[in-house]
Amino acid sequence: MELYKNGLNVPEILTRWYESEKLLNYGAFIPFVGIVRDENNISGLSFDVYEPLLKNWFENWVSRAEKDGAKLKFAHSIGDVLVHESSYVSAVLSPKREVALRLIVEFVEDFKANAPIWKYDLIDSKRIYAESRSKKIIGSGLLA
Amino acid sequence: MVKIEFLGPINREAEYFNIKNLNDLAEILKNDSELIDWLEKSAVAINGKLVFDRNIELKSGDVVAILPPVCGG
Repeated sequence: MELYKNGLNVPEILTRWYESEKLLNYGAFIPFVGIVRDENNISGLSFDVYEPLLKNWFENWVSRAEKDGAKLKFAHSIGDVLVHESSYVSAVLSPKREVALRLIVEFVEDFKANAPIWKYDLIDSKRIYAESRSKKIIGSGLLA
Repeated sequence: MVKIEFLGPINREAEYFNIKNLNDLAEILKNDSELIDWLEKSAVAINGKLVFDRNIELKSGDVVAILPPVCGG
């Protein structure tokens, strides 16, 4: 798991992951790159991360992938990420493409639903919580 | 003392309470009008792990995090 302040250096991250894994006999390497779109008058997005829980969430996913003989990679931004920059890169490596294709979908979807990261729109230099696009984490309402 | 962290958009400084479990915390926080709406839609983690039971025993030095709805990527 890798966390960086501001936008990600996607070519460096993907090249490094590819170079470090290409001799380990994985037949499939499937990266996913999120790019900030120019929409709704935003100048970019901004992110808060709760690292202790994110680390646990990712370690659970690493264990789950290992049971299928696969490996996961994950990088995310903290702070401001401007339009057309990237805030999120992940990848699955597996000996079998079917496993890698399934896992990248499950991993990215669970990331959106349960990873402890908060997104804000950057509009006129203000951070506005993207509440309508956010999802309650499983178990929400425990203290209500 | 148990540290309570209010994460992301709740945008509030951490607080410290002498509490034995999450029932005690719920009793304290339910009187805080700024927090009522957040509590209904927030999950809870103790020392970096999500929890689903208010009766888990807390000890001094534990960190409780209040986690509002998320959206990464």
